[in-house]
Amino acid sequence: MHSMLDISTLHYLVLGAALFLLGVIGVLTRRNVVIVLMSIELILNAVNLNLVAFSRYWQGIHGTGALHGQVFAIFIITDAAAEAAVGLGILIAFFRNKETVNVDEVNLLKW
Amino acid sequence: MNPAAVPTNPPVATPFFFYLLAAVMIIGGILVITRKNAVHSAMALITTLLAQAALYLMLYAPFVAGVQIILYAGGIMVLFLFVIMLISIERTQKERQFNKQWLVGIAAAAALGGLFIAVYTSTTAGRTLFPEGKLSFAEGENTQRIAGLLFDRATGTYMFAFEIASLLLLVAIIGAVVMAKKRI
Repeated sequence: MHSMLDISTLHYLVLGAALFLLGVIGVLTRRNVVIVLMSIELILNAVNLNLVAFSRYWQGIHGTGALHGQVFAIFIITDAAAEAAVGLGILIAFFRNKETVNVDEVNLLKW
Repeated sequence: MNPAAVPTNPPVATPFFFYLLAAVMIIGGILVITRKNAVHSAMALITTLLAQAALYLMLYAPFVAGVQIILYAGGIMVLFLFVIMLISIERTQKERQFNKQWLVGIAAAAALGGLFIAVYTSTTAGRTLFPEGKLSFAEGENTQRIAGLLFDRATGTYMFAFEIASLLLLVAIIGAVVMAKKRI
């Protein structure tokens, strides 16, 4: 019934995993804080894609009213907005004090 | 409600659009983490987010797709571009772009990728982890049903969580204002 060309839940999960890994690489290797924050957005979006794909999978089992994954995705978008606002606020305060946006020069709390 | 009902407008060329959008998303993601100019990264991220909104439509989630475009591509990314405008990017472009632990970072990401592959290819009793269920075609009430889960007194499973989310946004607003002020 399912040919190789049919798009299944697993296709979306693999795409989400690839995006998640790109975000992890960005967070771990980049120096620019703005791009690190954008990589975090990539990670959150990978999770959102997984949640909506799971919601679709769940609808296939429990009928079209099972939308819990989509509701979770909306909550995660809300969290991403809050995180971006606070993170960029911290970035502005940091840039005002140190005149740099590089993560490895953030060492005020190190001794 | 019958999942086996014949859809009035069945999806067309689903594999083609999935692989096209997936390629756009992956290329956009690679550009986000490799560009020197933060504005170029932001543009690549906006492309990725829009392609993802199209994928949400393919997953029969029109409300989440709309929220993704309005809130993510329209709100959060404008905030990012605004902050990029406030900080000077000319000097950063001449500096080293990757930190000293980049090799360790890529190794850690590769280990995580190996974990993903192991999980997604594992089988229990001959079945993969996520066997495809029956295909159902969502009716046109997606937004209404999500509103029912979020707001309705009888069916609102997530009503309390929704109120807490408004509190979180309030705290984030206060935090952002306090952090960006010159003198507290």
